[in-house]
Amino acid sequence: MLAIFDYKAGNQTSVHRALEHLGIPNRITNDPEILNNAQGIIFPGVGAAGQAMDELHSAGLDEVIKSLIWQNKPVLGICVGCQILLDYSEENDTRALKIIPGECRLFNPSWTDYENVPIRVPHMGWNQVELKQECELFAGIDPDADFYFVHSYYPAPSEEYVIGTTRYGIDFCSVHGRKGLWAVQFHPEKSGRPGLKLLKNFHTYCQEAAHAE
Amino acid sequence: MLSKRVIPCLDVRNGRLTKGVKFEGNVDIGDPVETARKYYEDGADEIVFYDITASHEARGIFLDVVEKVASQIFIPFSVGGGINTVSDMRDVLVAGAEKVSVNSGAVKNPDIISEGAARFGSQCIVLGMDVKRVEKSEAIPSGFEVVIHGGRKYMGMDAIEWAKTGEALGAGEICLNSIDADGTKNGYDIELTRLVAKSVTIPVIASGGAGSPQHMVEAVTTGRATAALIASIVHYGEYTIADLKKHMAEAGVQTRSVW
Repeated sequence: MLAIFDYKAGNQTSVHRALEHLGIPNRITNDPEILNNAQGIIFPGVGAAGQAMDELHSAGLDEVIKSLIWQNKPVLGICVGCQILLDYSEENDTRALKIIPGECRLFNPSWTDYENVPIRVPHMGWNQVELKQECELFAGIDPDADFYFVHSYYPAPSEEYVIGTTRYGIDFCSVHGRKGLWAVQFHPEKSGRPGLKLLKNFHTYCQEAAHAE
Repeated sequence: MLSKRVIPCLDVRNGRLTKGVKFEGNVDIGDPVETARKYYEDGADEIVFYDITASHEARGIFLDVVEKVASQIFIPFSVGGGINTVSDMRDVLVAGAEKVSVNSGAVKNPDIISEGAARFGSQCIVLGMDVKRVEKSEAIPSGFEVVIHGGRKYMGMDAIEWAKTGEALGAGEICLNSIDADGTKNGYDIELTRLVAKSVTIPVIASGGAGSPQHMVEAVTTGRATAALIASIVHYGEYTIADLKKHMAEAGVQTRSVW
């Protein structure tokens, strides 16, 4: 069973629907006991980093997610859930969870794209991921597949945590983390078949990790 | 590289997919959930649903359609029509839409944009604009005026100014519909699209007039739109979405090719 970490951050029902479609047992919850018993955690999020941290903090859920990560529970952060694993976000000048070193920065609308036209902010739509390290999440996914992004701030973790990058004005880090703790800036639950495959790969990893214990 | 998006627009009336002259002479052309599924399978990058009844009684049926779509298609979709309050926004987002499109509701009460953006995030809020060409004047220096009620009511607002205001209030995207081009299949109003796209930094979706894949190419190149909205050319089977994307790719436009 996968737990979808509930901190009123928005897209948990979209993630839930995608997992249901895949036939993956899942619960939207913030109950520490259920989270502990889950094989893996999806840490979703849309909207603003500041608001997300406030929600987590006021309910004491920041400590809950941190302790799950310290216990090596597999975690997949999505969008704002990916950003706030870092130390800091420029959005609302937010001190984040400090699990992965790095920060989250605002796209600069004076950067230009491949046609030499200024980029639009937010970065909204379908874009590709170039893997810098092998990653279980992308097993069996066509390297030319696009994923759905919608964000104005981008993760900038320290180099060793960069798993994949995406071109938008600059090459920004769109996938970061380490084995078993992954964070994706795009929305796999809204990225068609490649996104569903990524969620399935995460579930497979979680099952294997639980089995190995 | 960011792909240019191809977005079919589905008009829904009493739970059925319909097409016609806005608000009049609509013909039933199928089941919206099935059609959305087909477009999803065929490579649509996003889908727009528009509740053209937007009456109190039919709202439940419409929300039911939204919920069914959300459990079957895994690409983003937005919902417009009859969005006048934050509570209307909440209803469609809870039903499973990613984005809500505000149009006349925002013209009458611009604060709904900032309230919606504060509550749900800018990425959720699409400003839908219906625009008509008029003679340039002091009030309408660009010669493009904002209209509502399918083009029947002129609002005395310049489209360029309204686009900038919408962006400043927190809209995350603009869906720009030319009433003059709508239904003609003669191509998008490229001049309008380019003017609006150049005056804001948020993404702009070109809408109204698509009759061929070449029109879509023009919208996202010369017109500087980041997405092209289509309706009739796919609803009646003239083109599939895959055909359209293939043509765009051949013309050198970056499109999503694996799905």
